[in-house]
Formats: sequence, C-alpha cells, structure tokens
Amino acid sequence: MTATFEHVRPSACPACAVAPAAEHLAELPKEATLMLSLPGIHCAGCISGVERALLAVPGVRDARVNLTLRRAAVTAGPEVEAETLTAVLERAGYEAHELDPGVLATTAADRAGRDLLMRLAVAFFAMMNVMLLSVAVWSGAEGVTRDMMHWISAAIAIPAVIFSGRPFYVSAWGALRARRLNMDVPITLAIALALVTSSYETIHSGEHAYFDAAVMLCFFLLGGRYLDHRTRASARSAAQELAALEVPRAVRVTDAGEETVSVAELAVGDVVRVRPGGRVPVDGLVLSGQSELDRSLMTGESLPVFAGEGSLVSAGEVNLTGPLTVEVRAAGRDTALHRIADLVAVAESGRANYHSLADQAAKLYAPFVHILSVAAAVGWWLYTQDVRIALNIAAAVLIITCPCALGLAVPAVTTAASGRLFRKGLLIKDGTALERLAEADTVVFDKTGTLTHGLPTPLDADALPPEAAQVALALAEGSAHPLATSLAKALRSAGISCAEVNGLREVPGHGVEGLWRGQVVRLGRATWLGAEAPEETATFLKIGETAALTLRFADTLREGAAEVVEALQRQGKRVILISGDTRGAVARFAQAIGIEEVIAEALPQEKVALVAELSGQGAKVLMVGDGLNDTAALAAAHVSISPASALDAARSASDMVLMGRSLAPIADAVRTSVSARARIRENFTIATVYNVLAVPLAVAGLCSPLIAALAMSLSSITVSLNALRLK
Amino acid sequence: MDILGLLIPVSLFLGAVGLAAFWWMLRKGQFEDPDGDAHRILRDDYDDKPKS
Repeated sequence: MTATFEHVRPSACPACAVAPAAEHLAELPKEATLMLSLPGIHCAGCISGVERALLAVPGVRDARVNLTLRRAAVTAGPEVEAETLTAVLERAGYEAHELDPGVLATTAADRAGRDLLMRLAVAFFAMMNVMLLSVAVWSGAEGVTRDMMHWISAAIAIPAVIFSGRPFYVSAWGALRARRLNMDVPITLAIALALVTSSYETIHSGEHAYFDAAVMLCFFLLGGRYLDHRTRASARSAAQELAALEVPRAVRVTDAGEETVSVAELAVGDVVRVRPGGRVPVDGLVLSGQSELDRSLMTGESLPVFAGEGSLVSAGEVNLTGPLTVEVRAAGRDTALHRIADLVAVAESGRANYHSLADQAAKLYAPFVHILSVAAAVGWWLYTQDVRIALNIAAAVLIITCPCALGLAVPAVTTAASGRLFRKGLLIKDGTALERLAEADTVVFDKTGTLTHGLPTPLDADALPPEAAQVALALAEGSAHPLATSLAKALRSAGISCAEVNGLREVPGHGVEGLWRGQVVRLGRATWLGAEAPEETATFLKIGETAALTLRFADTLREGAAEVVEALQRQGKRVILISGDTRGAVARFAQAIGIEEVIAEALPQEKVALVAELSGQGAKVLMVGDGLNDTAALAAAHVSISPASALDAARSASDMVLMGRSLAPIADAVRTSVSARARIRENFTIATVYNVLAVPLAVAGLCSPLIAALAMSLSSITVSLNALRLK
Repeated sequence: MDILGLLIPVSLFLGAVGLAAFWWMLRKGQFEDPDGDAHRILRDDYDDKPKS
C-alpha cells in the first residue's frame, strides 16, 4: 500500500496538521483487507470450505465469501500475504487469484448502482400507486372523482418523475449541448410534454391525463439502465482488480548507499539494482552482474536469455538468477514498456468508431420520432385550430413511440448473456463486446501464456539414467530458475531421490554446479557446458568430463486450448497463431494443436500490423493474447479476450477476461454471442411491431392512456421474456 | 365513495412504508450477495452469531 501525503483531512490536534507524516504514521493500518478472486466456487460447500481454509491461516481475523461476485474479502494482520492465502486455497482445491486492494476504489461504481436502484424503487412505488388510481379513471370515473384521482396522481407522479428521471435529463442535456441527438432526448421530451399537458388537463378538468404513462416510462427505462450498469460495473471492476504486475518502485544505488524510490523519480544516468525474481523497472545497460532474463511477457520468447555486463535490458523483463546493476538509459514514458502503451492508445482509437446495434437503432429512431410527433401536432392544429388537442396528440405520439422496449432490448439480452458467461468463467468488460464477438470470423491466438501456460515442463526426464537423474535433481533444487524448479518438480514426482552433491553453487546467468563423487557436475546453458544449443527450450547436464546430456522442455498446453481451436475451426473460422517465440518452437506447437497459419518471431508492431492488415481485408478479428507484446494487437482487434494470468495492460486492453485457467469458455462465448445478437435483433423487431400497431392510433387521436399503458408494459415484458430464452 | 378519502391515504402510506423498507435494505447491503445468502442458509456449519 502506498502512502500518500497529499490527502487533506481536518485534524483535531494542531501538531498533526503541522506534521502530516506523523499523522499518517499514527493511522497506519493495523490490519488490511485482502481481496481474492475465486472463479471456481459455486455452492454452499464451497463457501464453507473457502472460509474455513482462510480462517485456519494464522493472522486471518475474518473471511467472507461473496458468491455472487465470486470473491472473498479477508481481514488480516499486515504479516499475511495474499500469496500465502492463494496457496492455501489452491491446496484446499479452490482456484484463487489475488485482487488488488484497490477494490475499495470500486465503491464509487457501487454508489452509482445503488443510486440507480433507489431511483428505480421510487419509480416503481409511484407507478404502482398511480396505476391503482388510474384504474378508477379507466373504468369510468367522472366529474369530481376523476379530477381527484388526477390531482393525487399528479402529486405522486411529478416529484417521482423529477427525481427518478434525472439520469435521462442529464444525458439529454449533454447531448443537446454537443448538438447531437441521442435516445434520451425524445425520452426527456416525452416525459416533460406528458407532465405538462396532463397537468394542464387536470387543472381544466380534462378527460385524459398521462401521469401513469410518464411514470411507467421512467420505470422501464431505468430498469434497462440498471441492468446495463450492473453488467458493466461488475465486469469492469473485476478486470481492473486482478493484481497489478507493474513495478512502481526501484532500488537506486547512490554513493550514500541504496534507497527505494518510485520509478517516476528515476532519471537517465541513475544506477538501479535489480534483485533476482524482480522485474526490471527501466530500460538500461547492465553495468555488473550476470543473470538470465525472462522476456516472455514482453516478447513471447519462452526461452530465458542471458544478461551480463554490457547487455541491454528493458522494463518489464523478469530477472531470474543473479542480481544486476543497471544504468538507466530510459525511464518512465520513454521506456519500451511505455512505447507499447502508446501503441495501444493509437490502436484503440481505431475501434472507437464501432456502432452498436443500439446506436444504429437510435440513429434511425430519434429523428423519426420527433418528426412524427411534430407532424401529428401540426396536422391536428390545422384541422381543429385547437392548440390543446394538438399538444395532447403530440404527447400521445411521443409516449407511444418512446423506446421502452428499445431501452430494454439490448440490456436485457446482454445481462442474460453475460450472466451465463460469467457462470462459465468469462467476464465481459464492454457492453458491445458480445455483438462484436458475434461478427468475428478470424481468430488470432498468441502462443506463450495464452494457448500454453508459459511454464516449461521437461519432456524426457524419465529417459535420464537413474544416477544422472539424481544428480540433476540435486542441482535443480539449488536454483530458483524456472527451468530448474520445473525439472525438480518433475523428478520429484517421478519418485527420484536426491544425490549427495556438495559445494552447490549458482553461477548467475549460466547455471548451477557442484561436486558429486569428486567430479564437477553442472546443470545449465548450452554455451557454458560446450554443448550445441538446439532450436527449442533446453537445459544441459554435464557429469565430469562426459558429454553433456540434453534435457528438453516444452510448454504445457493450457486446459481447453486444443478443444477451443478445434471448435473454432469447426465453426468455420480462420485460426492464426502468432508468437514472438522462435520458429522451431512455434512450428512444432502449431502442428501439435492443429493450426495451419503460423507466424513466428513477431515483434509487437508486427502483431498490430497483422491485425490491421486482416481488418483492412475486411476480416473481423478476435485476438486472444496475454503479454505486453500482444497488448496493442488486443486493442486493435475487432474484439479481444485475455486470460486472468495476463498482464494488467493486456487485460485492460481486451473486451473480455477469462477468470479461470481453462480456455474452453471462448468457444461457448462465441456461440452465446451469436445467439445474443439474434435475440437483440428479434427484440428490436418486437418493439417496432408494437410501435407500428400503436402509432396510427396515437396519430388518429384514438390512443387513450389505457392503450398507452398496455402497449408500453406488454412490449417491455415481451422483450424481457425473449431475452431470457437465450441459450 | 367517502371511504376513498380514507383508503387512498392508507394505501399511499403502506406504499411509502415499503419504499422506506427497501431503502433500508439497500443501505444495509442485503443485495450485495444474493446468491451467497441463498446458499448460506443451507450449509451445515451452525452459526451462533451470523456475520453481518
């Protein structure tokens, strides 16, 4: 958690106001709330299991699972780390990911949702009461009784509509100020005109008042708005919260010693130290130290690269084995990391001109409604020379044509679809993402970290002679290098015991060595052991003076990857694999999974270029990727999906995020999106049919408030029910 | 029809009570985890003091 000194708060003691730092120290949190994402939970047993497992961890004071959001909030002492908790849950059999404590920042979104819900409740209350009163009028109340009903309706409806319709007025005013028309302009106009003519009629003891219609309009439209908000808010927050991987801090080496500073403070020429396991914070030149770097998130290369004195490193790479001292060549905005971010910004602007089905409908609808109601009013005025009748007709036309069903048509389907996909483990971040996914005809996959786990596993550990295997295990356990830990895990699970190796020593950037029965044994890079490096990920074992043994590694396929590729190909989509990894590794992998179009050794720019080129040819591209190198391509694609393990940048650039490990939901998502688009179109048709039937009545002046109320509620209910048919 | 003078205020009052109750539930966060609450009532571990 970062300490901010900017925040101003009224302080009771003057000393605290003078020394904000002291005040801050005094209020340092004694316990922190940690948030965990639990994509796999689904039943009462899971709730109990997770809470019990969490409460058993020392230091945890309280744990509460939210099944709706699939999250757990844990209150714990400062000594408890989120990794400990996720590890505990994994052992208990629940998949868990850490969420950023920035979760608390989502309360703003919650407040907006609660605000909408309250307006919805007020509109519902008013609608029910006004309806009851209207029943008396519809069934033939006359004279004083009718006037009384109208007056009471007005007293309820006017304040309720002013309060609950506020979101529409604000949005309509914003659109008008920008000299545009949106859906909310006719809505606001209809509500205002209905209230004004109804009040006028009530004052003059008129026959028709549309208070019920105005309130009902507010209720149904707010319902659509609320559904829309809820879908987006839950997805947006969950995608943002998955723990951040960026490095906000660096260790700067000065003459006075080492100090931890924010990355923003670093200047070119500074010297920083990067510890093993840490992420490189800047672009720079290695001054001293030897290590290996994992570039997979930056470039997609699965094989760690050697870094020694004079090597260039860039921000975002992970230092694996030895400490490095790096001279800053570029920091902050100038780093390669940020250039990728800029690429994303450029790519994103291209997608902004997608018009959703709702927008297309609104564009046709808004001008048409205004023209129609003005024409009806003018016609009646010419015919009867009576402004009162003309205004009444205009109000009736606006109310009848008001997009109740249109306002529900899209949110109802999107809510149904995203709820379905959420249960399968897919978060939809953008409202129009489903529509765009339904259009996709080309799928571009990244390899490392997307179709694979990004973690190598040894291929032929069983083939090693038993003694060599024991030595390899002893050596592998002496290193934290990913290849070594993976090898050690595989050998252990094969039931191999450790050989006695003395003087175990890690040679940063090269490997591990030790003494076994008086011979030097080494496990490490090809160049170090004088072996020939093959075209794939491998490490080597050399015992004494014998020839080095090759231990090949391959990335393991992510669950569901093969099925997804096959399902997409069966659906007739063009599937392309693009990776920054070496040619050999990519080709072998593509063959195994059955993808024919392959592009290897692609730079981030080339990925964007490919996506842009495909789009230029008229293809609608679905991009699936996880690394920084994919980020720009994700943003440029027509629609994009990233796994939960992806970098923040990649997740925020994509429209959908997979919550679990499996890729299988992608095929489901494509199927659901196609069916959702069909439902949305049907809903528009239903809404239009109702309008076409009712508008002539309104124009002819035959539309009583009863017909308006019936048409409005029937169309809204039909549309909602149709949305629920979604498979 | 004099009874209307009594019935309408009464029905409005009852409606307002419902609205106030809803507002209270919203404030108390009873809509935060509907799925979880539905399942929690069925689980085996007995809560002496249910967590708020």
